[in-house]
Amino acid sequence: MTVPQDNDPKLTDYAHPERLVTTAWLAEHLGEPGLVVVESDEDVLLYDTGHIPGAVKLDWHTELNDPVTRDYVDGARFAEICGERGIGRDTTVVFYGDRNNWWATYALWVFSLFGHPDVRILDGGRAKWAAEGRELTTEAPKPETVEYPVVERDDATIRAFREDVLAHLGKPLVDVRSPGEYSGELLHMPDYPQEGAVRGGHIPGAASVPWARAAAEDATFKPRADLEAIYLTEQGLSPDDDVIAYCRIGERSSHTWFVLTHLLGFGRVRNYDGSWTEWGNTVRVPIVQGKERG
Amino acid sequence: MTLPAPLAELVDDFADVTPKERLQLLLELSEELPALPERYADAADTMEQVHECQSPLFLAVEVEDAGEQAVHLFFSAPREAPTTRGFASIMSTGLDGQPAAEVLAVPDDFYLALGLGQAVSPLRLRGIAAMLARIKSQVRRNLKSV
Repeated sequence: MTVPQDNDPKLTDYAHPERLVTTAWLAEHLGEPGLVVVESDEDVLLYDTGHIPGAVKLDWHTELNDPVTRDYVDGARFAEICGERGIGRDTTVVFYGDRNNWWATYALWVFSLFGHPDVRILDGGRAKWAAEGRELTTEAPKPETVEYPVVERDDATIRAFREDVLAHLGKPLVDVRSPGEYSGELLHMPDYPQEGAVRGGHIPGAASVPWARAAAEDATFKPRADLEAIYLTEQGLSPDDDVIAYCRIGERSSHTWFVLTHLLGFGRVRNYDGSWTEWGNTVRVPIVQGKERG
Repeated sequence: MTLPAPLAELVDDFADVTPKERLQLLLELSEELPALPERYADAADTMEQVHECQSPLFLAVEVEDAGEQAVHLFFSAPREAPTTRGFASIMSTGLDGQPAAEVLAVPDDFYLALGLGQAVSPLRLRGIAAMLARIKSQVRRNLKSV
């Protein structure tokens, strides 16, 4: 760890407090050597309207995904993406973004596929930083390119594929989409097909826990006790469980993956990035419709 | 492809520049999206939401009774959603004030010619396709009720 951790008391409650920083901590450490701040948003233009001073932009659609195959970039491309942003293997990377850090956690998850050691989320993301009246600038940073090693992606530890999910049926699954997506009801609007899946519903046995339940009003993560009330008490999950989370394309479930792994200390959580756009289109996989887990 | 002149001009503007510059152009357009007129200011619930956009976007369409039945478009999208605002601005700049028949004749896939697929991603472009579909459907409904 290059840059010291944030010892804010809310954070130290979490299982892995070193994975989060507060806005106050970031304001104080901006510009320190060994720290790179990365903005990752749903909206591809939002960064350009103003960003945290010195922060670099990383777009999930156009940069983290392979342009042809439905997969993430490979080790060589990842090394370029990092290097040109001034990120070395030992750099502390703090991610933040719009929508309760939904895309920031997604970017962090992809960095974790490559085993980047020190990755952290700015608690509250862009919304909290802006709400506190902290500085945003349109001045483009000019990071010096550094060497980043070519590291093979590890797709086995925190990522699940369709075959893994089929083999996992009967074990805990968390569906983090909205209740309507979970039950399979389509928003019935003439002329407008639902996006991307020919069947609606959920994977058998999956619990419905919309991802945003883990976020507080100010876009920060809820305190540990509140998260435990949802995932442990209400859903009956245990940190020893082998859990797979999914959504539509694996973005919202990255948020839940982060919560379970780093905030609640679950030992084995995988994100199924194929998610509903794969499952809901796959021939002969089992699907359950309605509110029951099935 | 026959497009209303202002829309054709926009499409040309996009086609003439590099993918990176297209993003910049979209950003500029997002800043130029006209504010919602007074009569819609407190009437978000009377407007139609475009669910296919990744951020909340509300749309209202008016069609003039007389003459060429010119179409007027009104949009509301938050400042934190510049891409959605940019798409709305393309519609507003390209179609506002155009005759209903011309708006209905815009090909559903006209946006492909903007060349934004690479810079914005195809998934995000779904929002602009949905916007046009909803505009046309409201124009049709308006014409029927006249």
